[in-house]
Amino acid sequence: MLKTMKADLHIHTCLSPCADLTMSPQAIARQAKIKEINILGICDHNSVENVPALIKAAEQFDISVLPGMEVTSQEEVHILALFDNIEPALELQKIIYSNLPGENDEEAFGMQVVVNEKGEVLRFNKKLLIGASTLSVNEVVETIHSLKGLAIAAHVDREGFSITGQLGFIPTDLGLDAVEISSHMRFEDAKDRFGPEFPLTTSSDAHYLEDIGKVSTLFFINDSSTEEIQKALLNRDGRKILN
Amino acid sequence: MKFKEIIEKLNLDVLTAKEKTDIDVSWGYTSDLLSDVIANSKEGNIWITLQTHQNIIAVARLKELAGIIIVNNRKPDEQTLKKAEEENVPVCMTGESAFQISGKLFGLISDKG
Repeated sequence: MLKTMKADLHIHTCLSPCADLTMSPQAIARQAKIKEINILGICDHNSVENVPALIKAAEQFDISVLPGMEVTSQEEVHILALFDNIEPALELQKIIYSNLPGENDEEAFGMQVVVNEKGEVLRFNKKLLIGASTLSVNEVVETIHSLKGLAIAAHVDREGFSITGQLGFIPTDLGLDAVEISSHMRFEDAKDRFGPEFPLTTSSDAHYLEDIGKVSTLFFINDSSTEEIQKALLNRDGRKILN
Repeated sequence: MKFKEIIEKLNLDVLTAKEKTDIDVSWGYTSDLLSDVIANSKEGNIWITLQTHQNIIAVARLKELAGIIIVNNRKPDEQTLKKAEEENVPVCMTGESAFQISGKLFGLISDKG
């Protein structure tokens, strides 16, 4: 049955060096529950290592977690990848890791903490997750699609690390599934600027607990699968976005 | 100064639209943020960048730039080269950094006043 589902599809965890260390799986899931969120997209920079913990932590709150990643292309464009389950996300991680040079400097960029569902530290990720991969933005989108994921250009209303800032405008032949608006722009204004050419989502890009659900996308869909979300983005079969 | 003289003096590798380099260069602009180039470059500028995505050609056309120098031996994508030929935008390559090539270009153009 079609129903309204509230989604925040761009959330960082304590694995992202720039995110607050309080962004543990339990705390994120609890805060999402308070904000009445049904679907969480967990998108750390260039890694999915905290997604399994989030999936477990969100279970008791009846929140669906979409395994995701905020991939940095060689142009320093941020693209969100979202999947239905962990396997293709791990596959993407394997590809990104083999094209992601450098080692993290905790002093300069922050800690990259891999945790379990209780928030216990498992290890520290050593990759330079804040860095750029050597894959072009076209290769990133193609790779995500080959793994049956959704590719969404992140925070296109902002200059830093967005496709609009880095590349001037959004290439129409890129095949993006949607473009994401940050909390800095009103959804109505975004429709004027980017629609109807590109389907729009809006998510918090939360690096701190209090930012979770600051903005969210209301999907009118059957369930939290990427297939349903894609239908809503395309306004098909009665699925739609209600923002 | 003509673009083709600059190409010779800076020993640039011309990848596309060589016949379009017989034009006067107004000044240079160095940036890797395309939105910034759209906002601040001027007609007839040579644009120095490390970006290789095909959007650089659209920006060069939009701003009527003289051409593009891609630095650090970065090789443009196939699509970029194809589009540059179609749109008659000269694209050059150099092994030097943006700092080095900008400095040299500045010296060349500002000397000629």
